[in-house]
Amino acid sequence: MKVVLDHLTKRFPSRNKKQPEDVIAVNDFCFEIPDGKLIGLLGPSGCGKSTTLNLISGLEAPTSGKIWFGDDDVTDLPPENRGVGLVFQNYALYPHMTVRQNIMFPLENFKGAAKLSKPEMEKRALEAAKLVQIDGLMDRKPGEMSGGQQQRVAIARALVKMPRVLLLDEPLSNLDARLRLQTREEIRRIQQETGITTIFVTHDQEEAMSITDMIVVMEAGVVQQIGHPQDVYDDPVNLFVAKFLGTPAINVFTGKIEGGKLFIGDDAVLPAEGQPDREVFVGVRPEGFIPDENGPLCCALRGVEVMGRDTSIIASDPSCQSDTVRAIISSEIRIDRNAPEVRFSLKPYKTHVFDAASGERIYISEDEIRRSLDAQAAAEGEEA
Amino acid sequence: MLEKNNRKAWLYLLPAMLFLGAFMVYPLVDVFIYSFEEGYNFASQSYFGTGLYNYGYVLRDPYFMQAVKNTFILVIITVPLSTGIALLISLGLNSIKRLKELYQTVFFLPYVTNTLAVGLVFMILFKKTAYSDGLINLLITAFGGSAVDFIDGPYWAKMFVMCFYTVWVVMPFKILILTSALASVNQDYYNAARVDGTPPLRIFTKITLPMIAPMIFYLVITGFIGAFKAYSDVVAIFGTDLNAAGMNTIVGYVYDMLYGNSGGYPSFASAAALILFAIVLTITCVNLLASSNSDNF
Ligand SMILES: Nc1ncnc2c1ncn2[C@@H]1O[C@H](COP(=O)(O)OP(=O)(O)O)[C@@H](O)[C@H]1O
Ligand SMILES: [Mg+2]
Repeated sequence: MKVVLDHLTKRFPSRNKKQPEDVIAVNDFCFEIPDGKLIGLLGPSGCGKSTTLNLISGLEAPTSGKIWFGDDDVTDLPPENRGVGLVFQNYALYPHMTVRQNIMFPLENFKGAAKLSKPEMEKRALEAAKLVQIDGLMDRKPGEMSGGQQQRVAIARALVKMPRVLLLDEPLSNLDARLRLQTREEIRRIQQETGITTIFVTHDQEEAMSITDMIVVMEAGVVQQIGHPQDVYDDPVNLFVAKFLGTPAINVFTGKIEGGKLFIGDDAVLPAEGQPDREVFVGVRPEGFIPDENGPLCCALRGVEVMGRDTSIIASDPSCQSDTVRAIISSEIRIDRNAPEVRFSLKPYKTHVFDAASGERIYISEDEIRRSLDAQAAAEGEEA
Repeated sequence: MLEKNNRKAWLYLLPAMLFLGAFMVYPLVDVFIYSFEEGYNFASQSYFGTGLYNYGYVLRDPYFMQAVKNTFILVIITVPLSTGIALLISLGLNSIKRLKELYQTVFFLPYVTNTLAVGLVFMILFKKTAYSDGLINLLITAFGGSAVDFIDGPYWAKMFVMCFYTVWVVMPFKILILTSALASVNQDYYNAARVDGTPPLRIFTKITLPMIAPMIFYLVITGFIGAFKAYSDVVAIFGTDLNAAGMNTIVGYVYDMLYGNSGGYPSFASAAALILFAIVLTITCVNLLASSNSDNF
């Protein structure tokens, strides 16, 4: 089922007297979610992810804008008539019911022609349980299960009524690190097996990057960028997106463009021909540094961490916004640990320049513009 | 180390245990002993013999049987009724978001109002005097009924006043407990149910009720115990000579046996108190059993 969000906006009236303006939780959200894809809705806490999900599920009514499921306008449809499955952050499993009863609960609400017989319900519940591999635990209560198992039950309960759209609100945030890794693969598998259009909310960029077909990065209710995870990572449209994606995080330096050159501090790191002089932020991905004795960027060396395949160089630079500059290079390159400083040259396509005032991306070379246009075309091609 | 900690723990508990011992355990034991001593006399601290004579006397005393009957009627009517009404009001309150706090205060007022003062208000509502028939009777006659004497009149009318009063007095506490129990049910359960198209009645029986069941059981058990202990409320409405009014309760009977006009019989009072104790204990155990059995509904 294709889902279309058409200029979707949600305002909450302010309850705080000191701050009388409305909260705009979702601001003019336009997006066409292709059928059968897994979409990651990504952003920091409070940016409007849950509200977007609630608008799609119908638990909240939009202030303006429309929602379409395929060719149906569902904007004014109550949640039960939309055919959505919703998985809550805290699972919201009914604690007094067994797994079987929990999974069967949505089926028991079917009315009229859709009504199922008891054996049919049992069968459907068992199928859903098998899909998430908890069919051996049907008679347990939620309290007698681990977080990961409860999560699966919640997914089974959302899937059992065969929803047109599956919505997952931070489904992994209550799990420990190992389980999170395992469960996200599981969600990917289930989504691919069922082919249900799925929206997956998370504030963890790694989660979103690893399993989704497409990510939507939000901040303060406003969509910042939509695209394939790798494309968004490689080609962020603004400083926020660049900072939000990637672990370790992008290194941000204050810099300037002057006389057709890009400067970090006093080091001219890259050419920026034809660009007007201005103050900028320079973001360099950790993998964008090349150790180079003659490189233009000079940083004080703090330490070297060898981690098998990769080596982390911890350095510092007065222009850097954070205390440390982290560069990741292949461990085949030897670094003199005792040197007082280290020099780098920068990979142009791992170095992103942003306007200091607006945070918007500045494309400093034609080469880079061509690359980003290619990526965009590829994204659109796949969408169509 | 562990033993040392243990000893320390007991030491911390000591003051509380001393008080509990002095003011609860010792009197209980004392009452137990009194109840088996025939014709105990406060003044001379003497008695004739030991045995079950006191129990026999109390159980054959028509006043005691009347008190037991009154107490049971009171308990059986008021506990379910007050819990049910409180649940309805709490559900209503819980669905009104805006005025919730105001209403909660209004409903809580009776709780902080002195029992005797409330009793007086009830007198005004129900009592016939030379000047007025009482507000309720004014209403009854206004609608064409004939006036009833609720305070000195027929038994059912007095019972009605007593039940009415008891329900009214326990209501605020129950509403307070139930509104907070309802408010503490996670909204996500209701959202999940809404997305699945669950009808309201099914939401209530399958989600709300099981979620607040522990609180309801708590209210029923404390309600039973409270109603069995009814005394001061009855005095506030019907005066101190409850036996004459036919409105005595078990606790009232115990009190009368000790200090009332017919008082000075600590042995009979103790026997009656222990019978009450046995009744309350049995009912509480039955309640607890029922609540642990219905855990899986
Ligand atoms: N029911 C509500 N009433 C008022 N403000 C709300 C309500 N729900 C959410 N908000 C506000 O909307 C913004 C987005 O919230 P939310 O969608 O929950 O963020 P996220 O899920 O991304 O953490 C927040 O500023 C939050 O305070
Ligand atoms: Mg959220």
